[in-house]
Amino acid sequence: MRMDLIQPFIGALDTVLSEMTKSTATIADLTMEEEGYRKKGLAAIVTFKGQVEGRIVLDMEPGVAVAIAGYLAGAEVDPADAMVSEAVCELANMVIGNAVTQLNDRGFQFKVFPPQILTQEQCEKAGQSSEATVLRFQTPSGNVHLNIAMHYYARRGRERSTVSVR
Amino acid sequence: MKQFEALTRKKDHQPVRYLIVDDSVFARKSLAKMVESFGGQVAGEAGDGCTAITEYTRTKPDIVLMDITMPQMEGIEAVERIVQEHPDARVVMVSSVGYQDNILAALQKGARHFVQKPVKPDALYEIIRYVLNDDGVTAPVGARGEN
Repeated sequence: MRMDLIQPFIGALDTVLSEMTKSTATIADLTMEEEGYRKKGLAAIVTFKGQVEGRIVLDMEPGVAVAIAGYLAGAEVDPADAMVSEAVCELANMVIGNAVTQLNDRGFQFKVFPPQILTQEQCEKAGQSSEATVLRFQTPSGNVHLNIAMHYYARRGRERSTVSVR
Repeated sequence: MKQFEALTRKKDHQPVRYLIVDDSVFARKSLAKMVESFGGQVAGEAGDGCTAITEYTRTKPDIVLMDITMPQMEGIEAVERIVQEHPDARVVMVSSVGYQDNILAALQKGARHFVQKPVKPDALYEIIRYVLNDDGVTAPVGARGEN
């Protein structure tokens, strides 16, 4: 997988987490996964199509999800509250949106679909026929995993003027 | 949350009324808190572009805060349709996806400004002041709702 496609996501996660939680996230490790996807906690998936196609899963341990929901809501949030899932989706939206902005401004064009909470069914699909790069970030509240599986289609790049992507 | 000098409508000194459009309930709540800290009032909410159009007609807000990526109808199309029917509509795009093409498309369809998520309250406040232009005035914190 091309590192220039992954780098913006690392930067975006760090920027968004720093901005929203007033803490820093450090990369603890980077691994490659080819097997089916296993959730670590609460996860949101964002898919995209176009010159770059694939999906990204933002997966966080329940403690981190609750802490982030609390930060975002400006108040303590019950772990069972639906707001926690919403917060995970919104965080994924921000991280991926910021990274996609950087990629698009570098000339990669693709359409992003709204984030969804990752279900078990999507989990199985997410792990099929795709090699993923998995980054584990450490935050003061626990681990956040960014699972990135995407492909760059150079041919679509050359045909960019005829491809209808946003 | 930090409290700002209340932004009111110049014509009647009433709070500025907002329509908040975002498919994320969480994002809507977060923006609602922000506009309340500006002394504003949430006139309506919508989770997609279609609902935004009907809510605009129903609530006639002073400002629309509009997400881009939404189900059913995306924000840019919703802006176009709102501005076609209501040329004076003041729409501010609020999206995590902030690339040039998107911003240009939104501005060409009639949006007045663009702000990228995560939204910083100070930045949004200044943008709203700018978009309201002469139709908005500020009052010191504590003087809200007074004529």
